[in-house]
Amino acid sequence: MSGDYSFSLTTFSPSGKLGQIEHALNAVNRGVTSIGIKATNGVVIATEKKSASTLIDDESTEKVAVICDSIGMVYSGMGPDFRLLVSRARKYAQQYKQLYMENPPTRILVEQIARVMQDYTHRGGVRPFGVSLLIVGYDDVNGPSLYQVDPSGSYWAWKASAIGKNMINAKTFLEKRYNDEIELEDAVHTAILTLKEGFEGQITETSLEIGIIGTSTIGVAGKDREEFPLFRKLSPSEVKDYLANIA
Amino acid sequence: MEYNGGSVVAMVGKNCVAIASDKRLGQQFMTVSTNFQKIFPASEKTYIGLPGLATDVLTLSERFRFNINMYNMEEERDIEPKTVAHMISSTLYQRRFGPYFVEPVVAGLSKDNTPFICAMDLIGCINFAKDFVVSGTASQNLYGMCESLWEPDLEPEDLFETISQALLNAQDRDALSGWGAVVHIITPDKVITRSLKSRQVSKETYCGD
Repeated sequence: MSGDYSFSLTTFSPSGKLGQIEHALNAVNRGVTSIGIKATNGVVIATEKKSASTLIDDESTEKVAVICDSIGMVYSGMGPDFRLLVSRARKYAQQYKQLYMENPPTRILVEQIARVMQDYTHRGGVRPFGVSLLIVGYDDVNGPSLYQVDPSGSYWAWKASAIGKNMINAKTFLEKRYNDEIELEDAVHTAILTLKEGFEGQITETSLEIGIIGTSTIGVAGKDREEFPLFRKLSPSEVKDYLANIA
Repeated sequence: MEYNGGSVVAMVGKNCVAIASDKRLGQQFMTVSTNFQKIFPASEKTYIGLPGLATDVLTLSERFRFNINMYNMEEERDIEPKTVAHMISSTLYQRRFGPYFVEPVVAGLSKDNTPFICAMDLIGCINFAKDFVVSGTASQNLYGMCESLWEPDLEPEDLFETISQALLNAQDRDALSGWGAVVHIITPDKVITRSLKSRQVSKETYCGD
């Protein structure tokens, strides 16, 4: 693609590309597929929890992460890179909360994470993050929102998106099935169906990780006991109910 | 805190808030300015009152202007009064062991036009009040005036009269506050600002007035 210039992150190739970032995107595309769908009353993210061996105790791995009360995140690509970004995102959310006594709006947190990822493409001696992220949240500035952040640090808002191995097929599937009036329940259903298309193992309630936030997840949080939508992961029994409707 | 003098008061009315301050800037007994601004806009419907050491009043008003402008550009929305209050509180506490000598007052209307007022001590402890807040060298006098004059659900015009009388009579009994007053009445549609003429010397210098 960029030939001899892909050895150094901080050198442009003659065609104007940064080789390392292209390669980082390849690392992402080797990762397990993740889906995000925005509904009128919420957002859902989902991914397949694929372990390298049946001996792995996969209850301890977490692919869908809670960043703060109202924001969640999932990835495709390299797990360790994701963990670092999760801890940066959580720290930033708490710093924001300490200053303003409220959770950051989703877009603000996304911009911050994107800035971190971009930073690692602008310095010497480091490599880009080998993950793409799907960040979801519900705030009273913009309602439900879904963002994708790439290793380069670019981010976009999506109505529905897929990242990882099966993203092309998944996006085609989503384009057919998505409409602007979809509600959260249907969105979860659609997300599972989309994942099922490219699923590499047995689809069970323990091999799927799903996180949602919306008007159906309104809970009480904070010292002032305010009510607002909270991000949470579906329990295995809830996932099982959704799967029963599909089979 | 008593070197330069000055006082601020804020009150809640029916779907409105009012915030008022005196205009004196002194250097102990000597009056240096009779037009010193102590109330600054945070957003269209939120104002910050900063009585106390004048150098800190100036520095903090500029610092908050900076922070709020950045907030407006980054978040692409106006800042809420509650958020302003917490931001001021955090800023003051950062200087816990070498504080700014101001005791701020915040008054404004939220996005849904709910009235909001609060006051803070010099290291950022917020006092959220439902009726009125006072601050500055005439604060004790203001407590007395507000406690007797304030009643709930005053309309904007009535709130103006109430807060003006509270401030004017309180600052007349304080040597370090006075030389006029500025009153802002904040309603969902507009902000009305009036400048009041007052006694040009405090009542304390007279006997039996």
